[in-house]
Amino acid sequence: MNLAKHWRQKGTYYLFQGQRHKTTGEIRFPARPPMLGERADDWLPTVLSGKGEIYSFTVLRQAATEFESATPFALALIRLAEGPMITAQLTDCAEEDLFIGQPVEMVTRLLRRPTDKDGVLVYGYKFRPVLSSPS
Amino acid sequence: MKQPEQPVGVIGYGVYIPRYRIAGREIARIWTDGQNVPPVESKSVPGPDEDTITMSIEASRNALARAAVPAEQLGAVWVGSESHPYSVKPSGTIVAEALGTTPWISAADWQFACKAGTEALTAGMGMVSSGMSRYVLAIGADTAQARPGDALEYTASAGAAALVIGPADESLAVIEAMVSYVTDTPDFFRRADRPYPVHGQRFTGEPAYFHHSRSAAQRLLEDLGRTPDDYTYAIFHQPNAKFPQAVAKQLGFRPEQIAPGLLSPQIGNIYSAIAMAGLAATLDVARPGDTILMVSYGSSAGSDAFSLRVTDALLERRPRAPLTATYLARQEFVDYAIYVKWRNELVLG
Repeated sequence: MNLAKHWRQKGTYYLFQGQRHKTTGEIRFPARPPMLGERADDWLPTVLSGKGEIYSFTVLRQAATEFESATPFALALIRLAEGPMITAQLTDCAEEDLFIGQPVEMVTRLLRRPTDKDGVLVYGYKFRPVLSSPS
Repeated sequence: MKQPEQPVGVIGYGVYIPRYRIAGREIARIWTDGQNVPPVESKSVPGPDEDTITMSIEASRNALARAAVPAEQLGAVWVGSESHPYSVKPSGTIVAEALGTTPWISAADWQFACKAGTEALTAGMGMVSSGMSRYVLAIGADTAQARPGDALEYTASAGAAALVIGPADESLAVIEAMVSYVTDTPDFFRRADRPYPVHGQRFTGEPAYFHHSRSAAQRLLEDLGRTPDDYTYAIFHQPNAKFPQAVAKQLGFRPEQIAPGLLSPQIGNIYSAIAMAGLAATLDVARPGDTILMVSYGSSAGSDAFSLRVTDALLERRPRAPLTATYLARQEFVDYAIYVKWRNELVLG
């Protein structure tokens, strides 16, 4: 069930927490351990805004069993407002709603339905087109 | 009537309604060849990646945005629902973690059919009033279950509402007083390990919904020395479109007093969230000085009635998060086949 793996990732999955370099201000996401030549305290945890735009996207019509209930769904490269590019599922949208450069925002959703009825439910970030107020 | 020793109020409010809808006539098409007159026009349908926890998180983020209270200052995150994704494992822990309130927090799940959310609200008032916590987050959320083909299938829907409770002098609406009225009246229930609830048909009406809602509302009005004319707005629990309008009329409220908070014709009954979402929709249009009566109802059975007075702070805080109308407007209709797939009614082997 990978309980420990999901537990370790909750900062990334739930809070959308990345890292900010304490000197340069560079943002990276997801957070990762120090690379060769870096000090452990060079990078500080920081919660990102959850805002970004679609760099590119594709639509999955056949997916692994855990994702079957959600097909078809879109998968996108998203350029975050803070700079990093990430891959994430899109939600609350149809294929014809989407375009490159579209503003999107982070929401917390069920990432997959476990095929095992005793499995843990895994929640995390997805993106949707920014909510617009009714005119 | 119960009044907090130290005055309390609503610091922030938030709502969440899924994007998807199914029309009542589409359900009637499947089960009655279109002959049944649906009790609501349409109901909200949770997407395949939504449940009580995800909806609670978004409603709570909206409530915290309005409150402008740092999440770590919350003393409790309490989730009222009858559709918690786990039987054992609190929804509250996941919601609290996603809001950034952990670890010095009380988190728990509440259950009282459709008034689990206002039970959390009542407890939150006590927690704040006693000084044990400055702020408490009370949530009502549901992805309600209904046996396919049952009358409930037309209305059992999904949504969430969240209220940040805190000191009255920081509030956008002061909660003046409340009343709870509870009896053992088995009008609707779901046994442990059963997938769908059962209900007592007409027994859910007069001895259950109407008696409890009227009793709580009348007692609160009497104790406060007020009449329906003293209130700008009122919200009642909404198991369908007809009941809240009927009980409002019985009590002497005019249709325009309940109009802003009457959501069920569009989204059905979002169970633990419906009264609090009706309050949110009413706060979306209210003005400082307005008075609001909110009456929840939970089957088997009880009602909570609350009297609120809107303060000047509402006008500044309201635009900080999406209005209820924003969620109502983004409706995308699905057919019964998609609805069944997303509700996990299909056995895939």
